[in-house]
Amino acid sequence: MSATPLKKTTASAASKARFAPLGIAPATWLRIAVHIGALIPLALIVWDAYRGHLTANPIQDITFRTGKTAITLLVLSLVCTPLNTLFGLKFVLPSRRPLGLYAFFYVCLHLLIFAVLDYGLDWGLIQQTIAEKRYVLVGFAAFLLLLPLAATSTKGWMRRLGKRWKQLHRLVYLAAILAVVHFVWLVKADIREPLVYGAILALLLALRLAPVRRAAASLRARIAR
Amino acid sequence: MDTILTSEITPEHLFRTRRQFIRSAGALSLGALALAACGTTSTPAAPGANAATPAPGATKGTTDELGDALTPFDAVTGYNNYYEFTTDKEGVATLAQNFKTTPWTLEVGGMVNKPQKIAIEDLLKRYPQEEHVYRHRCVEGWSMVIPWTGFALNKLLKDAEPAAGAKYVRFESIMRPEEMPGQQSGWYTWPYVEGLRLDEAMNDLALLVTGVYGKPALPQNGAPLRLAVPWKYGFKSIKAIVKIDLVADQPTSLWMAAAPNEYGFFANVNPAVPHPRWSQATERRIGELSRRKTLPFNGYADKVAQLYTNMDLRANY
Repeated sequence: MSATPLKKTTASAASKARFAPLGIAPATWLRIAVHIGALIPLALIVWDAYRGHLTANPIQDITFRTGKTAITLLVLSLVCTPLNTLFGLKFVLPSRRPLGLYAFFYVCLHLLIFAVLDYGLDWGLIQQTIAEKRYVLVGFAAFLLLLPLAATSTKGWMRRLGKRWKQLHRLVYLAAILAVVHFVWLVKADIREPLVYGAILALLLALRLAPVRRAAASLRARIAR
Repeated sequence: MDTILTSEITPEHLFRTRRQFIRSAGALSLGALALAACGTTSTPAAPGANAATPAPGATKGTTDELGDALTPFDAVTGYNNYYEFTTDKEGVATLAQNFKTTPWTLEVGGMVNKPQKIAIEDLLKRYPQEEHVYRHRCVEGWSMVIPWTGFALNKLLKDAEPAAGAKYVRFESIMRPEEMPGQQSGWYTWPYVEGLRLDEAMNDLALLVTGVYGKPALPQNGAPLRLAVPWKYGFKSIKAIVKIDLVADQPTSLWMAAAPNEYGFFANVNPAVPHPRWSQATERRIGELSRRKTLPFNGYADKVAQLYTNMDLRANY
């Protein structure tokens, strides 16, 4: 993850020179796509709710759907940096923040559904559930880790925290790992689907290791020559 | 589509409970948040409006003996946990619609004096079918109230005459991977196996089910023959049974083999014994919004608790 605030103007100016359909830079196209794509799952939930298509167990259905969307967006937010470091696709970088924030948005929905709709704000029962069920515990821990990241996602906080902003935002790696563990622990026996998320996450984290980045950089340099 | 599926015809019971159903559906869509915020106290959907204090266990009413409304037919036949077909509860009905339930033969064997091989038609003729409204509590924390049709398992077992030394009953489902795509998955040891202790199996509540809502059972409900043991979690109520054996040793069920720390042999509904994933203290009745408290033995303690005296139900989960 890049520590410096993104210099949007230079990035888009550079890409505009190469490829900019309708005069709009790829970075902007991508961000539009991210906004639309990230809101589609919510729109589908609202649409299905309106049509009464949330299964016979609607609360469980929307819990699953918001959870899966959150974890998908969280993993996608981690795709951007390797795309830049390995392939030099700088235009994907501005999409990290909206992806991360939408992930957090769905995490909040997920948690609200759990606490308000599912458990009716019965704190005793909620406490018991968090303490009793390890998957709830790690899920809640992931939420707590994401909380300061969402709060400090603005440019103002980036400036204020300087170098420490990057250190702080590395917590997203831990949050993503906990989210996958949350998923693995809640499925019954067939853990293939959460393991797919786990494998992708492991790959994305491995691609951030210095030796991998160096190898990619030297390979790119050789190809460029 | 021009054809009307059987599942689309509103059954008589549901038709009679329409007013209750509409009321609870309205409540669902209207004050979702407000209602849920009221807490976890149970909200039985208009109990006992036209239930003339039905006799426990066997009733033709619109509620169970506690006054809880029947779960709508569409939910009973459209929301099914049946891993032989798929893990997607709403996908079972479609995948199961071409499942062949005839011809069907049940074998009763093992440690019995009179082993039997009975075609399903003969089974229906031999044992009078009665309606029983049972609560069905899934280990995943949801529940339904279902009017089953069937006959007491103990009638069949008595006719087979358990031999001395028979202590358990082992049930086995059909193995038909070409019709049941879920059986092609290697995650579980198919076919599905379940078991009961002999005295549990002889309890009057243990029902062999052939119908739902007054009609022959649909494949997604375990047709043509399934078990209903309402004081235990739903997975004990094995579907599509082809074999019943009396045995000396405790059988290992499919779920015990898959996750022994999560699923025990007894699997009695017990709010005091938590499961790593699902709350067992509370449950959501399908069609209701807020959770309701789960009852020990799913509300059947007066009929079955004596089976477990002097047993540590925490260790024997």
